[in-house]
Amino acid sequence: MEHSVHVQPNGHIVSFSGEIDLENSPAARTRLLEVVEYATTVFVDLTAVTYMDSSGIASLVEAYQRAKKTNVAFVLISTSPAVLRVLQMARLDKVFTIHETLEHAQHAKH
Amino acid sequence: MIPVIEVKDVVTHYGSRKILNHVNVDIQPGEIMVVMGGSGSGKSTLLRHLIGLERVSAGSIRLLDQDIGHMSHHELTRFYRKLGVAFQGGALFSSMTVGENIMLPLREHTNLDEKTMAIMVRMKLEVVNLAGFEHLMPSELSGGMLKRAAFARAVIMDPALLFCDEPSAGLDPVVSSSLDELILQLRDALNMTIVVVTHELDSAFRIADRITVLDKGEVLTIGSVDQVRASTHTRIQDLLNRRFEETILDPDEYLARLTGESI
Repeated sequence: MEHSVHVQPNGHIVSFSGEIDLENSPAARTRLLEVVEYATTVFVDLTAVTYMDSSGIASLVEAYQRAKKTNVAFVLISTSPAVLRVLQMARLDKVFTIHETLEHAQHAKH
Repeated sequence: MIPVIEVKDVVTHYGSRKILNHVNVDIQPGEIMVVMGGSGSGKSTLLRHLIGLERVSAGSIRLLDQDIGHMSHHELTRFYRKLGVAFQGGALFSSMTVGENIMLPLREHTNLDEKTMAIMVRMKLEVVNLAGFEHLMPSELSGGMLKRAAFARAVIMDPALLFCDEPSAGLDPVVSSSLDELILQLRDALNMTIVVVTHELDSAFRIADRITVLDKGEVLTIGSVDQVRASTHTRIQDLLNRRFEETILDPDEYLARLTGESI
């Protein structure tokens, strides 16, 4: 897994790529929780994620809950079937705001 | 495609008794393989070999391209992270809550944050339709709920391989059918390769991509549901016919089983 954070005028973009699993999800969690602390809008770009296990999803859930408490917009960007299927199975596709592209996400109101 | 499970020429002896006799089975990634057979067919022994509880007398078993017969105890323990096992009776610890039981593999094999583990447990409880049951003790669950909780624990680490021992045994048809749905859902969502050992034919036909039929320690056939149904092999037909005998066996007894009241 690799990740990066880009600051743009309309929000912070946290991009992940590769596989997010039990080994590296703690790093993803730490980074997400950090960004949620100081951002007003967080775009989590998962389009380059090839696999995400439950620990990765749990990290997203925790960060999202933290964001909601502090009125930070928290938006996922993903078209990966591997990620979407796992979200759907836990019915989290009904919880998260998910866009197909970063452009769509940035133009939508949150 | 390289099989994720390779059972090669496996022979098992208990003393002078031969339990498995040159068994060969290959299972492909994402496949649901049902292993069927009557009592004494060797299906439970095969399962114990597959999950590393028992060594083979001869032959080999490769899981995810690794020969588990040559692994040390330490290697096998690490390898278990990739396997999930839903045992027949649930095998939950009675002194722990349902949530603690499900979290146990995470505590043993990972260093995840407590909050992450708690969310993972609740997510899996949602998946198996036991949301809100995490603080109950196993003794407070019904048979079907125990099986669901066992599934939640088996898949808490998102294993590549899931082994299920008689998931439908002792359950009424409605609960049994919902567990079958759960198995299909787990495969589709998490892309697991799943091996189900069962003698329940209805369940086998609902979930199987392929079926391995064992009889007296030998593989009678391996094929799709249609191929097994169409088999003219006498022993396979005996096995299939028993299904219909069981289905119409005794309506009163069946009704009593469903209602919990005898007539």
